[in-house]
Order: sequence, then structure tokens, then C-alpha cells
Amino acid sequence: MKSFPDIQFPIGDTVAAFIDFLALNFKGFFDFLFVIFSSTIKATEQGLLMLPWWLLILIVVAIGTYFTSWKGGITFGVFLFLIGTFDLWSQTMTTLAVIIISVVLSLLIGIPLGILMAFNRTFASIMRPILDAMQTMPTFVYLIPVIFFFPLGNVPAVIATIIYALPPVMRLTELGIRNVDEEVIESAESFGSSRMQMLMKVQLPQALPTIMAGVNQTTMMALSMAVVGSMVGADGLGERVLHALNRIDMSLGFEAGISIVFLAIIIDRITAGIADKMQSRRGEAS
Amino acid sequence: MTVKIQLQHVSKIFGPRPQKIVPLIEQGKSKEEILKETKHTVGVYDASMDIYDGEFFVIMGLSGSGKSTLIRCFNMLNVPTAGSILVDGEDITKYSKQQLRDYRQKKIAMVFQHFGLFSHRTILENVEYGLEIRGLSKEERRKIAMEQLENVGLKGYEDQYPDQLSGGMQQRVGIARALTNNPDILLMDEPFSALDPLIRREMQLELIDLQDRLQKTIIFITHDVNEAFKLGDRVAVMKDGRVEQIGTPEEILEQPANEYISSFTHDIDRSKVLQAEHVMSRPHNILTLKDGLQVGVKMMRENGISSLFVADRGRKLEGYITIDDAIDAIREKKSIESILRREVTTVSPDTYIQDLIPLVLQSGLPLVVTDEENRILGIILRVHVLSSLIAEDFDAETV
Repeated sequence: MKSFPDIQFPIGDTVAAFIDFLALNFKGFFDFLFVIFSSTIKATEQGLLMLPWWLLILIVVAIGTYFTSWKGGITFGVFLFLIGTFDLWSQTMTTLAVIIISVVLSLLIGIPLGILMAFNRTFASIMRPILDAMQTMPTFVYLIPVIFFFPLGNVPAVIATIIYALPPVMRLTELGIRNVDEEVIESAESFGSSRMQMLMKVQLPQALPTIMAGVNQTTMMALSMAVVGSMVGADGLGERVLHALNRIDMSLGFEAGISIVFLAIIIDRITAGIADKMQSRRGEAS
Repeated sequence: MTVKIQLQHVSKIFGPRPQKIVPLIEQGKSKEEILKETKHTVGVYDASMDIYDGEFFVIMGLSGSGKSTLIRCFNMLNVPTAGSILVDGEDITKYSKQQLRDYRQKKIAMVFQHFGLFSHRTILENVEYGLEIRGLSKEERRKIAMEQLENVGLKGYEDQYPDQLSGGMQQRVGIARALTNNPDILLMDEPFSALDPLIRREMQLELIDLQDRLQKTIIFITHDVNEAFKLGDRVAVMKDGRVEQIGTPEEILEQPANEYISSFTHDIDRSKVLQAEHVMSRPHNILTLKDGLQVGVKMMRENGISSLFVADRGRKLEGYITIDDAIDAIREKKSIESILRREVTTVSPDTYIQDLIPLVLQSGLPLVVTDEENRILGIILRVHVLSSLIAEDFDAETV
């Protein structure tokens, strides 16, 4: 009895058959999604590339100064300038476009679902293992079905990024709303607030700092998917890293890699700065 | 006095199947037994009371006595498991969602122990919340909210955030916020217990002042006996979810319903609760002007006293005579009026004992309790004042 008995449940096969079924029968739906996604990504990318490089740097310096400090703003500007000197500007804009779209979609899906989780315990207990799976399932595993549904390129990358980056904002939205002080909820209720008024005027604003922490984490996780996304054909910095890997080009690899790091630092500090600002606007941490 | 709120056999039980527990309580099982056997917590059991319009009603009890659970029944933050609550004759436990929202928006407001302020809103935005919920225009609610802020002395702070204010100021915001809707009923859940003692005293006085002006029906929760007796027109004492006694502070102090309550009131400062009318004795030995001096001397001799208060026919106080003067006057055939001394210390019936103490110490004579028309209501001897300060044991009283 040393080896495990030969019992087989064809779970893998079932999942594969299901994916096949979806790809076959919902082709129209996925084609429709593809058109919307790819055109939005393209538009965002083109918009970013239309901006003169110096203007974008100035905008980042300004935003950085406002939300962090002038030192931060200038550092971010220098980072972007360095990326330009690596001759990776257009790739950076592509990566940025993919991240922006992924994050925006993650928030559009994640925040409402997080709210639902906070209000409905059954839904929350169903969602929690799913979120665990989304975060721990090796990314490559769900890249496989994604390329079943969509042609290679930026779109499957965005889908994979959303799957990976969605959980933090959902979890933290739920946590933020659940953790609103009981007495604050009671006081809103004692004034005769409706459910909607309670949510919009009290619960969401009270949970906002926590939700912003979720937004920050979601953004960072989206960025970490840049290289993985390029495995399903996404352009941008990740593609450069893969390219360097294939050619064992240390110089290009480092430049593309450090560009991702720069981008990560800029986005992280700015989103964290926005969260801090929201917090400090009401005096102290509450 | 009209009844504003009527609680009829209100119970609140927490747990998955609260209705099933009601019969168990009726069988007389204790809170602990029920918790052990069924994992249900009895918050309030069979509370009945009438609260009058404009009354300052205090619910007092230690932590876990169910007082906070009970006060949340008045605005249905806790829905009673059994019983009904009539407000102005309407049973609020039967209200629809819309009726309940209406009731909360217009008739009742609550002040919380830890203030319950919205930290993401400015002071002004906090105060106008109730009006905003009701859909008033921005100008209108700003105006009303500013007035309320002025009322509680917080003008100039309207653009600050709650965290920037001290505890006392935050609770003023809480009170202003509760008053903006101009509710008939104000619920206050230990509003001052998170404040330091000096601020607390100040806030208590302000609240008394406020109540004098506004005449709201206030339901006030506290665990502090002194606070309860200082503020309350009537006090309900709760223990383990049950209402043990309801009465005026004096009634509870003088006739505690059971040992628990008498132990509760043991360290109360009686001089701040009891008033002249509670300690005075009936004025038996009063000489009326028409009685004449002979009668007066006889009264003094029989009672072994050396002076006697004199009143007119309408029991209005005229003054007093001493026995020496009276004997001289009889010998010299003088009238009562000629020996009448008028410097008598009078007090009103609602003077607190703490204010009587210096008066009885200064005056050689007993104090006379009179009404507004100077009619004699009673007499206070030094011994009355002193004995009133000693709490009688409940046991001693029942034996």
C-alpha cells in the first residue's frame, strides 16, 4: 500500500470540455468582448502616445508633487525620462494602457462585488474560495483558456490581469464596509437613512481609505502581470523582457526590467498618496 | 401629563430563534440558564413603562443590565422580540419600512456614547445629515444646522472635522445633530460617560438648561447613580434585563424596591437629591394670632420648647415669640404683635438638603418651609437635616 490506488476522477478533462463548449457556443459573445476590449486598449494607448513626452513627464511631476511631495514628483519625472533614454517610451505607454484598462475594469467589477460581499454573507462565503483560487492558481493555467477565447495580443493579457488583480480590491472593499464603526452605522440609521443613502453617504465614504489601499494593491498586481501578459502576445515592456530572455540580451533585459520597476514605483506612490490624502483630509486616522 | 411613550411587555432576545425563548422566560428561567441551555441572550425582559411628554426619563443600570438594548428599542434599532411600543398612541413595532423611516426622520433622534459622528464629514455636514436625508435644500439645511451649532456654542468650528475636536465638543456636535430635526423624543445612550468628569458636569448642566428651554421628552441612559438622580425626573433601574423599579429619585432613595437597589443607592450623595419637603415635619405647634399669649405659653410648656412660630388665620407666617417675652408680655398685658420677632429663615419646599445645611447651622431657630404665598408648609429642625443624610438599610426598613 505504498502507492496511491488507481482512482481517477476526470476533473481536468471536464474543465477542458467545458472550456471547449464555451469557446464553441459563445463565440459571438467573446468576439464582441474582443472588439470592445481591443478598441479601448488601442484608444488609450494612442491617447498616451499622442501626448508629447515632455508633457507627460510634466503631468506626472505635477500629480506626484500634489499627492506625495515635490521630491517625489521630481523623482518620478527623472524615472520617466530615464525610460525614454532606454528607447522604451512607446512600449511603456502600451504597458501603461494595458494596466489602466485592467485596473479600471477590475475596479468596476471589484468594488460592486465587494459591496455585495459585505452585505450578503452567503455570497461572501461563496466568493472567498474563488478569490483564493484567483490569487493562487498559477497564472499560466488560466492563460490557456483565455487564449481559447481570444486571439493572441493585448486582450487576453487584460483578461488574465483582471483575474489576478481583482481579488485585493474586492476583499478590501468588503473589509472596509464591514469595519465601519457600528455606532456610526447606528447613528445613520437612527436618522432614518434608506439603504442607499446609508451606502453612498456613510458606508462607502467611511470605507474609502481601505478601498484605496485595495486599489493600490490591485494596481501593483496588475503591473506584476506585465511579463506574463506578453506570453499571450501582449506588446509593451513585458514583450521586451521576453525578447531579451530569448536572446540572452542582458542589457535590454535590465533596461526593460528596471522600466517596469520605475513604473511600479510611480504608480504605487501616487495611488498610496491619494489614499493618504483622503485619510488626512479628515484630520487624523480614524 | 400626557403619556408620550408606552412600553408594553417589551422583550428583546438575541440569537437565531428568539421567539422560541419567550416561553422559557415565562417559565421563570434565569438569563444565565437560558444562555447556557439555548445560547440565546436575553437583552430585555418584559419591560413596561409609561414615559410622559416633556419628561426627563433616566434608565440606569450596570453594564449588561440591558439598558442600551432597551433604548435601541425606542427607535427600532433593536426590533423587540415581543411586546409593543406606543408612541403618541401608535405602535411603532408595527410600522412599515417607510413609516419607520418617517418616524426616525421626524420624531426621534439619538445621541451616542462614542458620539457616532461621521469622520468623513465636516462638523456642519454632520449636523445637517438628518435634514439631508429628508431631502431639504442645501440653503435650508445649512441655515438650520448653523443655528443648532450656535446653540451648542460651536460657531466657528463648522468646517473642521470631528477628529479635530475634543471629546466634549464632539458630543456637542452629536447633540446639535440630534436636535436639527426638531424631534419630540431625544434618546441619549450614556452620552457623557466617555468624557472626563469636569466636562461631564458642565455638559450635564447644559443639558438641564437645554431641557428647560426645549421641553423634549428625553430618555437618558447611564450607569452612574449620581448622574441619574441629578438629571432624571424619574428613573428606571434595570438589572439583568429586567426593570427593577421606576420612580422619582426620592422614591427610589427612600423606598428602594429591593436590596439590589438599596445597595445601588448606598453611596449616592443624598443631600443633592432630597429636598426640604422630604425632610420637613408637619407644623403642629403654630400659634395663630387670635389664640392669644396664654395659649402660646401653654403650648410651649407642654412641648418643652422655648419659642413658637406665629401665623395669621390663613397660616401665613408672621414671625415667632420666645417664652420669656411671652411671660413678660402677659404680666405687662401686652399684645402678641408687640413681642413678635420677624427674623425667621424661610426656605421653599424644593430647596436641596445641601443648601439647607448652612442655613440650619446659622439659624438658632428651626427653618420654616413656606410656599410662594408665605404659608407655612412645614418645619425643619437640625436633626431632620442630619438624619436625612444617613442612608437607611433596606433590611432595617422592612423589619
